[in-house]
Amino acid sequence: MTTASSPDHPTRRDFLFVATGSVAAVGAAAALVPLVLQMNPDASTIAAGAPIEVDLTPIAEGQDIKVFWRGKPIFVSHRTKKQIEDARNVTVASLPDPESDDARVKPGKDQWLVVIGICTHLGCIPIAHEGQYDGFFCPCHGSVYDTSGRIRSGPAPTNLPVPPYQFVSDTKIQIG
Amino acid sequence: MSGPSDYQPTNPALKWIERRLPILGLMHSSFVAYPTPRNLNYWWTFGAILSMMLALQIVTGVIMAMHYTPHVDMAFKSVESIVRDVNYGWLLRNMHASGASMFFIAVYIHMFRGLYYGSYKEPREILWILGVIIYLLMMATGFMGYVLPWGQMSFWGDTVITNLFSAIPYVGDSIVTLLWGGYSVGNPTLNRFFSLHYLLPFVIAGVVVLHVWALHVAGQNNPAGVEPKTEKDTVPFTPYATMKDAFGVSCFLLFFAWFIFYMPNYLGDAENYIPANPGVTPAHIVPEWYYLPFYAILRSIPDKLAGVVAMFGAILILAFLPWLDSAKTKSSKYRPLAKQFFWIFVVVCLLLGWLGGKPAEGIYVIAGRVLTFCYFAYFLIVLPVLSRIETPRPVPNSIADDVLAKTGSKSTPMVSSVIALAVAGALFAGSVQDARAAEGQEIPPSQKWSFAGPFGTFDRGALQRGLKVYKEVCASCHSLSYVAFRNLADAGGPGFSPAQAAAFAAEYQIKDGPNDAGDMFERPGRPADYFPSPFPNEQAARAANGGAYPPDLSLINKARSYPRGFPMFIVDLFTQFQEQGPNYVSALMQGYVETPPAGFALPEGSYYNKYFPGHAIKMPNPLSDGQVTYDDGSPATVAQYSKDVTTFLMWTAEPHMEARKKLGLQVFVFLILLTGLLYFTKKKIWADAH
Ligand code: FES
Repeated sequence: MTTASSPDHPTRRDFLFVATGSVAAVGAAAALVPLVLQMNPDASTIAAGAPIEVDLTPIAEGQDIKVFWRGKPIFVSHRTKKQIEDARNVTVASLPDPESDDARVKPGKDQWLVVIGICTHLGCIPIAHEGQYDGFFCPCHGSVYDTSGRIRSGPAPTNLPVPPYQFVSDTKIQIG
Repeated sequence: MSGPSDYQPTNPALKWIERRLPILGLMHSSFVAYPTPRNLNYWWTFGAILSMMLALQIVTGVIMAMHYTPHVDMAFKSVESIVRDVNYGWLLRNMHASGASMFFIAVYIHMFRGLYYGSYKEPREILWILGVIIYLLMMATGFMGYVLPWGQMSFWGDTVITNLFSAIPYVGDSIVTLLWGGYSVGNPTLNRFFSLHYLLPFVIAGVVVLHVWALHVAGQNNPAGVEPKTEKDTVPFTPYATMKDAFGVSCFLLFFAWFIFYMPNYLGDAENYIPANPGVTPAHIVPEWYYLPFYAILRSIPDKLAGVVAMFGAILILAFLPWLDSAKTKSSKYRPLAKQFFWIFVVVCLLLGWLGGKPAEGIYVIAGRVLTFCYFAYFLIVLPVLSRIETPRPVPNSIADDVLAKTGSKSTPMVSSVIALAVAGALFAGSVQDARAAEGQEIPPSQKWSFAGPFGTFDRGALQRGLKVYKEVCASCHSLSYVAFRNLADAGGPGFSPAQAAAFAAEYQIKDGPNDAGDMFERPGRPADYFPSPFPNEQAARAANGGAYPPDLSLINKARSYPRGFPMFIVDLFTQFQEQGPNYVSALMQGYVETPPAGFALPEGSYYNKYFPGHAIKMPNPLSDGQVTYDDGSPATVAQYSKDVTTFLMWTAEPHMEARKKLGLQVFVFLILLTGLLYFTKKKIWADAH
C-alpha cells in the first residue's frame, strides 16, 4: 500500500477512508457485545435454575403449598372434587383467556394444579383460596382467578401460567 | 471553547436547537475548528489516550459494580465470581485492573512531556495545576480501587496507607479512626472506599473538563514552545489532530491488549489472590507500581511525620513548578542544560520506583535518601538556578519555521525514545515482582507447561488425572471452594459432559437445609454445588493439621510466586512467562527431603521442603509413587502426579484461560489491521497539510 499523491486518485483515497471508518465501526460494535451480554444471568444463576423436585405426600386435599423455582413462587394445589368440578363447569369460550382445565393439568392427575403464582397483571403474588371463585385473588388491583388459575375478572390479561413440570412418580413432581 | 463560534447549521432542526443551546457550536469550535499547532509530535496524543482510558475505566467500573459486593465476607468471592461466572467478566476485570496501570503509564508520559516542553509555563499555569489535581485524584481512586478485591495486599495496603494519617500531630489517630469507621480496617472501611471509588472518577471527569477548557483558552503548547502567530502555524483539530490521536490511541490499545489478554497478572501482586487476613501481614508490603517512587521517598525519611510530609510534598511540589522554573524559553529542546537535567530527573524517578519495591534495608536506604534529595533538588535547586544562569539556544521564529526546519530528520528520535521508555517502564513495573526477595527459598526450576505462551491450552488428560489426584489425595485437607461441579463440563476445562459432571457431583454428600422440620440434612451433590470443604471451619482445619491451615487450592497457582530478578522480568514481559505459580506448586510437591541439611533445626511436627519459604512445612509429603491409579497408562510417579495436579489447579485458578488467549488473538489481528489503516489514513490527511 504505497501512498500516491491523493488529489489525483480520489477513489483510492475515498476507499481508504471508508475502509478505516468501517473497520473502526465494526470494532466499536464488537466491543459492545461483552459490555451488554454481561447483564445476562451469570453461570451460577443459570446453574441454580436447575429443575427442582417437590414431594406431594404432605399436601392434603384442599391444601396448597408454595415452592420457589428460579426465584418465582410456584403454587402446588391439591384440589378438592368441588374445585375440580367448578373448574370444569364453565363455558371455556366465555373466559377472558379461554383455556380448558384439562389443558392445565397432567392427564389423570386432575387434583394437582401447578401454576406460577405471579399475577399476570403487574407481578404481585395472588392469595390462594380467596376471591369469588375460591381460586386466587390478587390484592394489588383485584384480579380474580378460578380454581384452575384462569383469570375471571380484574385487570390481569391472561391466566396464571403453568410452569414446565412432570410427574417423576405418583407422589413427586419435577418442576423445570 | 475559544470565543464565539462561526458554526452555522443549515438543517432547520439543528438551527432550532442551536439558537436555544449552542452546544453544537461549542463542539464545533472545540473539537473541529479548534486550531492546533501543526508541529505537535506523538507525545501530544497522550491527552486523547488519557481521555479514552478514563472513559474505559468508568465503563468497565460501572459494569463491575453491578456484580461486586462490598462486604468483607463476600468481596473477594464476588470478584472471583465476576471472573468465573459473569459473561465476559474475566475480560472486564482484566481491562479494569490493567487499565489502571495503563492509565498511570499514560499519565506519567503526559506529565513528563509537559515537564520537558515547559507546558506549565505562562499562560498555562492553571492548566498545569488542574492536571496535578487530576493526578492526585487518580492516585486516591487507584488506591481505593485496589482495596476492593479484599485480598491480602488490598487489606494491608489499606492499613498502611490509612495509617499515614496517624503521623499528623495530636489529631492523627482520630483521623485514622474516622477514615476506618472503626478501630481497625474493616467492613465500614471497605464500604466507604467502594462508594468513593465509584464517585471519584466522575470528579476526575469534571476536572478534566476544566483542564480541557483551560487548554482551549490558552491553546496547546508545542515542541517548539513558541505560540502560534499566523494561520500557517496551525491546522484545524479535525481531521488533523483527530486522526493523529486516533492512530496514537490505536497503538496504545495494542500495548494495553497485550496485558489484558496475555499478561493479566504481570502488573499485579500474587499476594492479592489470598483473601484478606487481618491476622497475618505479608512479608513484603508493596503498593502498586505507580506509587513506588513516592513510597520510596516515604521510607527514606527516618521520621514518621517527616516521611509523610516528604511523600505528599513530592507530589504537591509539582503544583509550584510554574514559579520554580521561571525561564522564558519553554521547550527543553532549546535549553541544553535543562534538557540534561530533565533526563537525569527521569532516571531519578525510575530509580526511586525501583527502590520502592526493594526491602527497606542496607544500601537501599542510603540510595533512597540520595535519590530523595535529588528529586527535591531538581525542583528546588536545579530549576530555579537554571532559569537564571542558562543561556538558551535561539528558538524558531514561528511554528511554521520549525516544521520546515525539520522535514527530513523526522521521527527517528521519537522511535528510539519510545523504545527506551518502554524498557524503562517495564523495568519500573517489574520491580514490584523483584520486591519479594527470596528468603531461604530455592527458586523452583522452570517446567514446560502446555498452557504457557500465547497459544497454550490445557492438556485435557492432565486435567482429568489432576482432578483424580486432587480428589484422592489433596482433598482430604485442602478445599477447592471456588470450583463448582458444573465447571467440570465448561468449555476449556477437563472436558466432562454435563451428565458426567452430574454423576461426579452425585458421589459427594452435600450439606443442605434447613428442611421443613428445621433440620440440616445431607443429600447427593448436584452440578450447581461447589466442591465441599474437608473441614467445617478454619479452627477445625488447624486443629487437625498441627496448627497450620491448609490453604484453599482454587487460586493457589495465582497466589504463589517468586522473584524472577533483573533482567528476566523484562524478558518475561515479551515471552509472556507467567508460570511462577505452577513451577512453585509442582516443585513443592517434589521438594521433600528426608534429612534436613546439617545445622537446620526442624521444628517438631514439620517437614523439610527445599522450595517452601523457610523450609519447615507442616504438610507431610503428600505423594508417593503408585499412590493414585491412572486408567490411561500415564506413569504413576510423583513427578507425573505433581504435573497433573498442578495443571488441574491452574485450570481452577483461571478456568477461562483458553477463552482469554483465543479472544486475544482475534483482538490483536483486528487492532493491527485498524492501526495500519489509521496510519495510512492519517498520512493521507496530513499530506495536504505540509
Ligand atoms: S398485579 Fe395483580 S391485579 Fe395488578
